[in-house]
Amino acid sequence: MESKTNHVMSEAIIVDKLSKKYVLGTLQRDTMLRERLISLLRAPFRKRSDAANTLWALRDVSFRVSKGEVVGIIGRNGAGKSTLLKILSKITYPSSGQVRVQGRVASLLEVGTGFHEELTGRENIYLNGSILGMKGWEVEAKLESIVKFAGVERFVDTPIKRYSSGMRLRLGFAVAAHLDPDLLIVDEVLAVGDAGFQRKCLDTMEGLRSGGRTVLFVSHNMAAVENLCSRCIWIEAGQLKMDGSPRDVIEAYMATFAAAQETMADLRSVQNRRGTGEIRYTGIEYLARSGELLTTVRSGDSFVMRFHYHAEKPVPFPSFGLRIYTELGTLVSDTSTWHHALDIPLVPAGDGYVDLDIDLLNLLPGRYYLSLWITGASSPVHDNIEHCAQLQVELANVYSSGRALDSRSGIVFFPQRWSLAGVGGQLVPSEGQETRSDAQLPGKRA
Amino acid sequence: MNYEWISEFWHFRELLYFLAWRDVKVRYKQAALGAAWAIIQPLFTMIIFTLFFGRLAGVPSDGIPYPLFSFCALVPWTYFSSTLSQAGNSLVSNAPLVTKVYFPRALLPAASVLGGLVDFLIGSVFLIMMMIYYRVKPGWSLLLAPFFVLLMVLLAFSISMLLAAMNVRYRDVKYALPFIIQIWLFITPIIYPVTFLPAKLKHFLALNPMAGIIEGFRACLLSTHMDWGLVRVSIAVTLTLFIAGAIYFRATERTFADIV
Repeated sequence: MESKTNHVMSEAIIVDKLSKKYVLGTLQRDTMLRERLISLLRAPFRKRSDAANTLWALRDVSFRVSKGEVVGIIGRNGAGKSTLLKILSKITYPSSGQVRVQGRVASLLEVGTGFHEELTGRENIYLNGSILGMKGWEVEAKLESIVKFAGVERFVDTPIKRYSSGMRLRLGFAVAAHLDPDLLIVDEVLAVGDAGFQRKCLDTMEGLRSGGRTVLFVSHNMAAVENLCSRCIWIEAGQLKMDGSPRDVIEAYMATFAAAQETMADLRSVQNRRGTGEIRYTGIEYLARSGELLTTVRSGDSFVMRFHYHAEKPVPFPSFGLRIYTELGTLVSDTSTWHHALDIPLVPAGDGYVDLDIDLLNLLPGRYYLSLWITGASSPVHDNIEHCAQLQVELANVYSSGRALDSRSGIVFFPQRWSLAGVGGQLVPSEGQETRSDAQLPGKRA
Repeated sequence: MNYEWISEFWHFRELLYFLAWRDVKVRYKQAALGAAWAIIQPLFTMIIFTLFFGRLAGVPSDGIPYPLFSFCALVPWTYFSSTLSQAGNSLVSNAPLVTKVYFPRALLPAASVLGGLVDFLIGSVFLIMMMIYYRVKPGWSLLLAPFFVLLMVLLAFSISMLLAAMNVRYRDVKYALPFIIQIWLFITPIIYPVTFLPAKLKHFLALNPMAGIIEGFRACLLSTHMDWGLVRVSIAVTLTLFIAGAIYFRATERTFADIV
């Protein structure tokens, strides 16, 4: 970690009692004069209740951001994060309250805003650059670097309608990465693109941070928020729920999800699920093989995942399944009783459970999400709950080397051995190689 | 209207240029005949007008060959009508920009107004070629032509601001616009000269600012009689429309991103 850049304490952003309300009627896309006239004619006879049609996207939000701070904004979809960014970017205006922003602002609410299909890569760089607030000479000076950053050297003079979606993303981000703002406002750009692209985004943000820029950034990628931000704001239902150090805020936020940070979860109250409901998951537990509830799950552990269910009536041939996702939403594995050809002719009505015995959890440390599903014989979905539980995998001495792997080492590890037989000369055994194999784990690598 | 609004507009002038440049570039890129359309449209309208109004109906043309007479009006008219339909939709067709980036919203109709000038210039070059063909020599009044072009641009911008802002809320504008333009063509002295009308009607005609602009443009190039009374009314109406357009646009622009 670099030294904190708190030496300049002047405010970059002041948000004071900010509220934004939408009247739902006006959100309709094709507003017609006719409707206006009709409602005008009806007005004397009908009193419209305003409260029912009003949606508070933000309510009484206040906070200040100092120059040089990197602030992550987290919250569920529809919590008001994007509305907040739009107000800070002057795209939309608050219903009440005040916002003051200092310095040159660049806001990146979308990658490649204003790209035109018919124009070439080069032309789009000029257009997009000037849309994002660059001067013409600035774009000119940075053109080569932008093209290189995006990796589209061979296609600069090709219309971008021929570009792949990945190329388009890279080009859009390349332009944005060359902005030189005092304050950068970024919406969930990390949600798109492949791992390489996301890596690039994160590196760029890291560069901005070390350059002492103020950054405000919305993300669902908790790891990124934790790594990049010096502070985190959690917005819930239009209100500021928590403001503090990323670790604390993220922990509190994740705790509101099913079974966050716990080794058991109650799934009975989960509303966000689909399926017939004839048979449903009611809970999940992580157990040691001896049967007691685990407190932590570590890389390389052997343990049992127990899935409790409740069947409303007898269900023929159900398959119980589990998908494991990384924090970035990459599917790591999908496994089920069906894959193992375990056909269950009939599950009687009532409660029960199935166990998944894991011999060796070869996931590297990090946060993973579980999605659970049950399908029936003619494959109707009985139950499907996305990201309903979390699997927090802790550091472990997986290679018995005393050198721990963390989430930066990747997603998985596998049983392995290195052989140095082909290395010439005399090998000097490094100290600790054999002695520390069972020793304490070193902390996070610097 | 205030100072801040104008200074911000000035600050973003480069974006205005790029938006106008995009409109022009895209227009020509997608069309097989490209810039030729800037001539084809007024040219064919002129041919039809010459056949039906010049030959068959015998509409007078102030002593100028009818093709030249009508083409000289069709060049500014084509600019005006196509700019209105482009600029009127500019906020709606650029909705992704409006909802994702901040810039003075008036840049969008302004870009359409500027972008249209390229077609206007191409049309003007053809007009000059026609003048050479018909051996019509312009007089000193030619020096006044830029003034009328400026007035035309200002008028197009004023009405575009009104239409574009209204279109965000009421999509009726999109449907009404072609119809309005069609009617407007006939109440503007394009097919006929102002002198063709009875004096009473002429007063009403003056309220249409395009009447003064087109008559003035024609007078500059073809040395016909310059009706200053008509021009004065046109200037006054244009300025009034500009103020009305700017006030309405400014009053509504804050809501564009929410409802577009």
